Amino acid sequence: MTAATLAAAASGCGGDGGDGGGSGAPGVTATTVTIGSHQPLTGPAAPGYSANSAASKAFFDYVNANGGINGRKIVYKYVDDAYNPTQTVSVTQKLVLQDKVFAIFNGLGTPTHSKVVDYLNAQRVPDLFVASGCGCWDEPDKHPQTFGWQVDYIREGKILGDYIKKTYAGKKVAYFYQNDDFGQDGVKGLDKYIPKDQVVSRQSYQPGGTDISAQAQAIAQSKADVVVLFSIPTYTALFRLAALKLNYKPTFAVSNVGSDPITLTGLLESFAKKGGSEVKGSPLIQGMVTDGYLSAPGDASNSWTQLFKKIHAQYIPKLPFNGNIVYGMSVAYTFVQALQAAGKNPTRKGVVDALEKSHFTGPGVVPFAFSEKSHAGYTGAVIGTIKGENVVPQGQPLTTDDGDGPIQPYTAPQPQAPANGVPAAG
Amino acid sequence: MGTVLNVLRRSTLARHTAAALAAIVALYFLTTAVGPYRDLQIAQAAYLTCAVAGLTVLTGLGGQISLGHGAFMAVGAYTAVLVIGHWGWPLAAVLAAAAGVTAVAGVVVGAVAARLHGPYLAGATLAFAVGLPGLANYKPLTDELGGQNGLTLVPPIPPAGLGETFPLERWQSWIACLGAVITLFLLGNLVRGRFGRTLRASRDDEIAAALSGVRVARLRITATVVSAAAAGLGGGLLAVVATLAAPGAFPLTLSLQLIAAIIIGGLGSLPGAVWGALILVYVPTWASDLSTSSGFSHNIASNLPLAIYGLVLIVVTLAFPRGLQGGLRDIGGAVRRRARKRRDPAPGPRASTSGPTTTHPGGADEATPDQAGARPDDRGDAGGRGERLRR
Repeated sequence: MTAATLAAAASGCGGDGGDGGGSGAPGVTATTVTIGSHQPLTGPAAPGYSANSAASKAFFDYVNANGGINGRKIVYKYVDDAYNPTQTVSVTQKLVLQDKVFAIFNGLGTPTHSKVVDYLNAQRVPDLFVASGCGCWDEPDKHPQTFGWQVDYIREGKILGDYIKKTYAGKKVAYFYQNDDFGQDGVKGLDKYIPKDQVVSRQSYQPGGTDISAQAQAIAQSKADVVVLFSIPTYTALFRLAALKLNYKPTFAVSNVGSDPITLTGLLESFAKKGGSEVKGSPLIQGMVTDGYLSAPGDASNSWTQLFKKIHAQYIPKLPFNGNIVYGMSVAYTFVQALQAAGKNPTRKGVVDALEKSHFTGPGVVPFAFSEKSHAGYTGAVIGTIKGENVVPQGQPLTTDDGDGPIQPYTAPQPQAPANGVPAAG
Repeated sequence: MGTVLNVLRRSTLARHTAAALAAIVALYFLTTAVGPYRDLQIAQAAYLTCAVAGLTVLTGLGGQISLGHGAFMAVGAYTAVLVIGHWGWPLAAVLAAAAGVTAVAGVVVGAVAARLHGPYLAGATLAFAVGLPGLANYKPLTDELGGQNGLTLVPPIPPAGLGETFPLERWQSWIACLGAVITLFLLGNLVRGRFGRTLRASRDDEIAAALSGVRVARLRITATVVSAAAAGLGGGLLAVVATLAAPGAFPLTLSLQLIAAIIIGGLGSLPGAVWGALILVYVPTWASDLSTSSGFSHNIASNLPLAIYGLVLIVVTLAFPRGLQGGLRDIGGAVRRRARKRRDPAPGPRASTSGPTTTHPGGADEATPDQAGARPDDRGDAGGRGERLRR
């Protein structure tokens, strides 16, 4: 008898989930919205980046605990692809075909995600907020389902280049960059502002190898006064240590992606230890020039940092609170906004249309570019320097485009975080 | 009926043709019955089968270890993507080109490998596996090979005759499965003939084989070429199924996984190659599903699949020291022996030869010889009975 009742109850629930959803979109039931992602939880890109998805998950859990979105809880399935494109393809296909996710959210990496972009668009799966600053996500004609999120590397390069040109006029400049879309796009942006004859050395590295002493040597010999690094944190740290060894003391300007102070301090100390020397990481990065588009993790007075710290302490207290956590929670916040904008019964088309019409404000200091013509994310950044464990902003946030457009100051202040942490509906 | 069985028993070619046709029919029904994601997994197992089968011939029968088969797959995948991108050849020609170009790479590697043994051979092929994918990042080639980002391939379009709604994944799995069946068919015939015989001879005793007129170096190069061609076809199929060729897709772990697969499946056994490929595809998926539903913390859950995978490898190797195929054959043999004993309780001369040899005088470091003194993997894939009769 009990069994029969239970069975009836269970089938009742199942019916609710299947039919009550209303919108009938894949991955959406009356009580849940399931989204998926491919993330480097193991492998070469895992240090640092493996925390992003945990932070996003924590933010979704927090939203779910506060009632979810239109009564639906967000189920976030993120799967390890080990930064291996073959695995990216197979786990993404599994998420789409078997788990039937509503959307792919924040899939990480240029070499990885570029192998599933065509597939996701052919299947008409919303491909939201790719975790990479490649300009290639902003192709609404070819990839109508794909949206970027973070500031792209060309825009970032332009803003850094403009700052260097104005601040270090006539000084010698050297580039150290990752030899793929990330570094090459950054250099494209830099070259739009820094005069060619001012650049005395251009050195690149392949992610994978850890010996960059030849490049460091070449840059040191060029006696550049300013070195611009478009590198991931590991290589920022390696280059900084190599410069220390050569007693070479230029001004460093580092891309946002490779400049999180807390990550860098840890990396510097662990690399130095492996090399058999004791180094304090923090003094080595003081005064580095960088840029940012989100709240600084060390800025205790910022309402967003306070919100994220609170969620961090509640859900993922064991992970260090750094830029990756702020990143993961901020992008999750934008997704919640997008889902709200898609209305009470979200559909795949609905969320894409809503994003193209959106004017979200949130944890960023600059606006998004989202429109029918552009699927690029944040449109700029603010220059900052590393002081202690923080990036201290200098001057106004700047916005620009990824072409030859001008760099303009953005004057609207960063909005305050909502009191309960969940974006206001509508 | 009896004559058909007789023909099958006597002619290797007829037997293999029948098995290949049966496999194609079975795969047709299997791929049509399952959903698109399962089709994709079948396709993955199929392209891995090609590479694993090639490696098992080289290592299991030829005794030459190769840690570089992942790199051969990379050659095949890049060839396929480049040929489609530049010339737009039909798919069959593209895959043939992938196998052909990789075979040429096999000549070069084989010529080096034939001079080396043991750890030196392992080292040389390891260098090949580590170094080759880096070629994509070599500056003069980055425009052509796409650097670290790699190349993408437009997925093959199923022929219009199959209907508009025919799933792409099923078409991909058909292509990959056909490739795997053809590879197994060709390799099966090859190793049952003179090539396989001399290869085994050179593995067991190089000097004795040379004295008997086997040109060992040339034979080994040929084995490497055959093996490379199979891996190249596997790589070409990978490009078609995963629609990419990128350096990150061919890490060193891929080569090591292929080695693990031939050991798990049964060294030198072609059916074992299928088992090995299935394990490579299904165990990690299963392990990652298990770890996501386990509710462990972030750090444990993300590394758990690797740990489970390793554990499965250890358990399989302990439980089936001659691989899954060897284990299955042992079980099959034991069942058959028991059935025969029941029928014929008096121990005849045949019963004594088919029992396990416990008093063989072979030394401890010699590979355990079974019944008639042949190496376990020497039995080919004909099943125990026919083989034993022939001996």
